[in-house]
Amino acid sequence: MKALLGAVALFAAALIGRPGGVNDAAIAGEGYPARLSEFGFFTDLAARMPAQGLFRYDLDTPLFSDYAAKERYIYLPAGARAKYDPDGPLDLPVGAALVKTFGYTVDGRFKPLETRVLLHRAGGWVPIPYVWNAEGSDADIRRAGTRIPVAFVDPSGERHAISYAVPNQNQCKDCHGLAGRVTPIGIKARYLNHGGQLEKMLAAGMLDRLPPDAPRVARWDDQAAPLDARARAWLEINCAHCHNPRGAASNSGLFLDLARTDPEQRGLFKRPTAAGRGAGTRDFDIVPGVPDASILLYRMESTDPGIAMPELGRATVHKEGVALVRQWIESMPKSAPGR
Amino acid sequence: MLRFCALAAVLLAATPALARDIVVEAGPNAQERLQSALLDARPGDTVRIGAGRFELTDGLSLDVNGVTVRGAGTERTVLSFKGQLGAGEGLLVTSDDVVLRDFAVEDSKGDGIKSKGADRIVYKNVRVEWTGGPKATNGAYGVYPVESEDVLIDGVTVKGASDAGIYVGQSNRIVVRNSTAMYNVAGIEIENSGLAEVTGNLAAHNTGGILVFDLPALPKRGAGYVLVKGNRVVDNDTPNFAPPGNTVATVPTGTGVLVMAENDVSVTGNELSGNGTANIMVVAYRQPFEDKGYDPYPRNIRLAGNKHGRTGFAPAMPGGKELAAALGGTLPPVFWDGTGGDKVRLVGDDGPVLALGLALGAGIETAKPQLIKLDNAAPSPWRTFKLPAAMEAAAK
Repeated sequence: MKALLGAVALFAAALIGRPGGVNDAAIAGEGYPARLSEFGFFTDLAARMPAQGLFRYDLDTPLFSDYAAKERYIYLPAGARAKYDPDGPLDLPVGAALVKTFGYTVDGRFKPLETRVLLHRAGGWVPIPYVWNAEGSDADIRRAGTRIPVAFVDPSGERHAISYAVPNQNQCKDCHGLAGRVTPIGIKARYLNHGGQLEKMLAAGMLDRLPPDAPRVARWDDQAAPLDARARAWLEINCAHCHNPRGAASNSGLFLDLARTDPEQRGLFKRPTAAGRGAGTRDFDIVPGVPDASILLYRMESTDPGIAMPELGRATVHKEGVALVRQWIESMPKSAPGR
Repeated sequence: MLRFCALAAVLLAATPALARDIVVEAGPNAQERLQSALLDARPGDTVRIGAGRFELTDGLSLDVNGVTVRGAGTERTVLSFKGQLGAGEGLLVTSDDVVLRDFAVEDSKGDGIKSKGADRIVYKNVRVEWTGGPKATNGAYGVYPVESEDVLIDGVTVKGASDAGIYVGQSNRIVVRNSTAMYNVAGIEIENSGLAEVTGNLAAHNTGGILVFDLPALPKRGAGYVLVKGNRVVDNDTPNFAPPGNTVATVPTGTGVLVMAENDVSVTGNELSGNGTANIMVVAYRQPFEDKGYDPYPRNIRLAGNKHGRTGFAPAMPGGKELAAALGGTLPPVFWDGTGGDKVRLVGDDGPVLALGLALGAGIETAKPQLIKLDNAAPSPWRTFKLPAAMEAAAK
């Protein structure tokens, strides 16, 4: 009886302790909370109303995830600030979290499918996937990932019915792993530096500084921006988390980060390493001027799991991204491989 | 009572250090149950996969150090990826000190089992197979350790890979032994690696039996000291079914052992026969490349004490038929493109050797074919290695 009363008291204290606030102990602790609600990231979970300390952001050029819409938040504990970094992700303190909800608009309403949280704990960043229940009232932990049948209409009006993949925890690490450590990808100054986002973070005391020359990527679908900048921004955000010297595709030798200058490392007349049938009948990752001879495009245009790139989270072709990269390769002057 | 509680507390505290068995049986929802076990495992634990077929829809992955994944046998525990919808491989291992044994992976859409940056990994009694036979639509690699230090592949069987059955890339200290590679494009391939022993294996009915490659433009270059000894490399006669863009797509059907651009390779005491192009080929890297510092020549290659059976009866490389006709119908057991000349230092007692005298990058039409006898010179100094004892113990 005493134990029961104790449990009730604890439960009540937990509720009272965070009236609509974020449960910092759940972020920094060791465990895997069973439900998304336990973090208190949202004051009204069904409406996904963010709690205090959550900052909504988006990326000028985002990762394509089967045309899913994404609601992204940075959470910083009270008084904490992110450290500006000109190249890498903003440096968030232990206790911070990234909260990203994926879903589709169904009958004019956003329907959440999954929320991925990235928790900054003392031992490093920890990813956990949560899958929303049918009522949309809460989301349950799914460390092993799952699949959800989804039907939606893409921006061009085409209908899709796919098996949507929620990644397992290791698959989270596949993309977020950098030299063996889990690392945020999108929260780099160059992806956030638009629409006054960084200025707002600075004004809210969430960012330590913001130099006037903070970098900014091209928006991939901004027709006014240079083609090269748009295509390379798209390739970086969609590919470079693995295709960099410290990422999951380090052994490929194909590196698609924006800072890369070596033409062969960027794919120009680069032969495949371990692509297997992913290479199709093509010899090089990029053949300047000839998109249909370029392995890069072959893999972007496929949905076969043995061919498609990225390897995870893509059951559909990003037609608009393909068109961009096609145009980009087409625009390169034709040449021959050198010796 | 107090003492009992204290004892219980000690026991409880000690529990995490004790190795546990996490048992996963066949049945519905295998994907999530098996993946959950791989996530829940702690160092020292064994994930025991029961007998039966596991129908999987996605790749599985393990990222915990020191875990053993053990089935009930390569014919009894089958992980089938026939219905796979995503991920680039069947099973991905990214942690150290992992032992994989006694199970099979079938029909993965991409690679069978990949281990990346997974040091001291042991593959023991594992089967990877594409059950529809050799097809270009099969996955690329059967077992695929890459960027790893200390790799043991023992008693593994791979069939049907559209690139290499057993492929070890960009790694150091590698043992591939007592394994079987059949009906793959390349049976066993050691690529851009250093210190490897490929011994006592059977490579049969592949396009090429055993390949030792060093390729340009990869983060790690080959470091040589690859020993290919005591293998049976026979009847490698499966027409090349690799997608054309790949390096192995250029391997002529009927190749026994192929050494390309690697240094310090010893091919000795093997039984080679039924390889229609050549039992042993030694060649330079012939494609254009921009990788400065890359050495396209094979160097310090020793071919000695091999038992050569019937070979050279169906040469599949460009110009091969014409060469064979000029030499009385068949090619000799050893083929050397001659590129690099004396700096290759090709020695041993195998032969005769057909040398083409090709300049780097020159076409076959410029060949100056001649039969030569190797100089049976003393081998150049060799570097040996031993895998950690714990790996050998895990493979018992």
